[in-house]
Amino acid sequence: MKYSIKIFLSLFLSALVAFSAAAQKKNAKIDVAEALKGYFTPVTTPSVTPDAEGFIRRWMILEPISKPNSTNRVFTDSYTRENLSVEYFPNQLTVIPKDGDKVKVRMEYQPPVDLTARRPAGNQQDGPKYVDATLTWHALDSDHFFIKLFRFATGLGKDRYGVIFWTVTVINCEEDIENVRLSVGSNKAAMWWVNGQELLLLSGDRHMGVDSAVSERITLKKGRNILRGATMNGPGMSEICVRFIDDYGKPVTNYTITCN
Amino acid sequence: MKRLTIIAAMLLSGVLSFAQTGAPFIHDPSTIVECDGKYYTFGTGSGGLISEDGWSWHSGAVRSGGGAAPDAIKIGNKYLVVYGTTGGGMGGGHASQIMTMWNKTLDPDSPDFRYTQAVLVAESLVDEDCNAIDPGLLLDPTTGRLWCTYGTYFGHIRQVELDPVTGMRVEGNEAIDIGRNMEASTMMYRDGWYYLLGTHGTCCDGVNSTYNIVVGRSRSVNGPFIDNVGRSMIQGGGKSVITTEGRLVGPGHFGRFIEEEGVEKMSFHWEADMDQGGRSVLGIRPLLWKDGWPVAGEAFREGTYAIQSVRSGYALELEVDFIRAQGANRGFGRGGDAQPVAAIEAQKLEDVISTWPEGVIRARNGYYMARPWQRWSIIPVPEAGGYLGGPYYKIIIAGTERALAANSKAEVETVPAFTGADEQLWRIDQLTDGTFRIMPKSIPGHSEPYALVSLGDSSPTLAPFDFHNDNCKWDFRFFYPVE
Repeated sequence: MKYSIKIFLSLFLSALVAFSAAAQKKNAKIDVAEALKGYFTPVTTPSVTPDAEGFIRRWMILEPISKPNSTNRVFTDSYTRENLSVEYFPNQLTVIPKDGDKVKVRMEYQPPVDLTARRPAGNQQDGPKYVDATLTWHALDSDHFFIKLFRFATGLGKDRYGVIFWTVTVINCEEDIENVRLSVGSNKAAMWWVNGQELLLLSGDRHMGVDSAVSERITLKKGRNILRGATMNGPGMSEICVRFIDDYGKPVTNYTITCN
Repeated sequence: MKRLTIIAAMLLSGVLSFAQTGAPFIHDPSTIVECDGKYYTFGTGSGGLISEDGWSWHSGAVRSGGGAAPDAIKIGNKYLVVYGTTGGGMGGGHASQIMTMWNKTLDPDSPDFRYTQAVLVAESLVDEDCNAIDPGLLLDPTTGRLWCTYGTYFGHIRQVELDPVTGMRVEGNEAIDIGRNMEASTMMYRDGWYYLLGTHGTCCDGVNSTYNIVVGRSRSVNGPFIDNVGRSMIQGGGKSVITTEGRLVGPGHFGRFIEEEGVEKMSFHWEADMDQGGRSVLGIRPLLWKDGWPVAGEAFREGTYAIQSVRSGYALELEVDFIRAQGANRGFGRGGDAQPVAAIEAQKLEDVISTWPEGVIRARNGYYMARPWQRWSIIPVPEAGGYLGGPYYKIIIAGTERALAANSKAEVETVPAFTGADEQLWRIDQLTDGTFRIMPKSIPGHSEPYALVSLGDSSPTLAPFDFHNDNCKWDFRFFYPVE
């Protein structure tokens, strides 16, 4: 009997310790600067300008929304539009978030990635399962001309494959800037909007190249212009690079960038 | 119906002239290497292809180590083979290694055939921004230094330096990032430029694979490599070298083979050859250079052409009487321009052939007038074998069996009928400047590899080939389907 009690107490204590450790891990506040080191730096200044080549490096990025895609072959125009038109969170096409803002999302569950495997784990045998999640917006400056969304996800311990990234930034112009074009490089499917107007849809299994897709001419109006993108990946890398260019392909740089 | 027949014939002939023959099934081929008169290329897995002539390919090459996407290079009297231990991790981790090993010969039947123990020269960890696969080798002809590039879409294309004597990583060498977002990288050097080649698009998806080969260049072996519109390869740039062509889909994994100055070939795979069940097959094309950029030449198409000397524009023709075309002498300034305009029929073979001798007729060059004695049908002869990237052709006067032939005096003539003799078979190589070299398979009583040369404007002969001499170059113009 005493022996049984010992075993029971031992198991109970072990479980308590494990639960406590898990709870601590879950509630631990991630050091974002450290977690994203080498790729992003948390925003500390009121505004920035584009870099010398016109690339926009300051972004509000929402933690990834799980949308399992086990292959990049699915990213047709219609699939991309259909799946990026789903309302994942309220006002997703109008919100101008602040750093730390939370978003409640109902999204598909996917098992953790097995880094010893060559392919993502399947999730479709029993049909999709849904989970409720609270995701956070992060105000970040990219350390590079590109925005490595993949490392944003892995750095924060989030799903890395089969996810959707929402990105927002604010372009501040002192005067109207006419005849500029939104230029996006993206190695995954994406949609992009300026001031609510859809400008680009990038489909297919792409590679990220500078000026891979360029919009028709638009006018960046005096004051604030909202630039918004949604990027959907499957397996593999996900990164984007974004700038405005003129009719000669030269970067447009006479504006500032803020998060909100 | 006749038109449809012609188109069908073109398509059928296209099969013969576009893809390698035999069983050229391979994925991720290494750069073609010649060893003791045979050609070798290795692919993903443990095997590869061998060819006796460069046109007909069969399995049989042997590579140890397994893994994927090797490359090979001859250094001194040995062969260095490099490969990745994995094929890349799309949705999992990205741990992989690049290994090198030597062999004294690539002939698996040779007693000297034995790979050395493979050594690790580069690797990627499970979760870093690189996936160490798809290696490519460059032995810098200006310095003798050996470079290896590797990587895939997952992160960077990296470059490391290897010791050309040992094949091992140079001690203390740090990998540098030279590209991104591509696969199957390799490098080459030409005229003061270093070129970084890679493959964009999707592999391994059969007829839906979007693979295509791109390039950037730099004055430094370490880059940055810039494309034709100023984008760095590390920004995802890349000028097109070759894309899908009709029923041949998804070219990838570039390799360069220099036969001699002015004669270069590029090897790669087609992700899918729709005429061979959608299998991945070896592709070989002429490698051309235009404004300092490499581009794929065209596979030579069976057809009827004028064969014009680059020296003069004169066209290869039969040494026969010039028969005047009828009905075209209108004169000038006689008021006849008010008459109705009507087309004039071109001179036909039957209008002139009766004036031609029946036996051997010498060949010469003349002003090109699109006349029957200047129209040559060029048709592959599959049973005659081939050379690197192409089959031998017969060259006959259109509508006849009169065939161009080399004779025992190393001169060029035509014989009444094609017999299949070696001196009636012709090798056609597109040169790096886009013009062509024409060579007989053999010359009776001669062993020299002579080419068709215009020593005088009107005087073709067989003589040594010199890439820097326009006498040695020809253009094929005014294509028509074979009649």
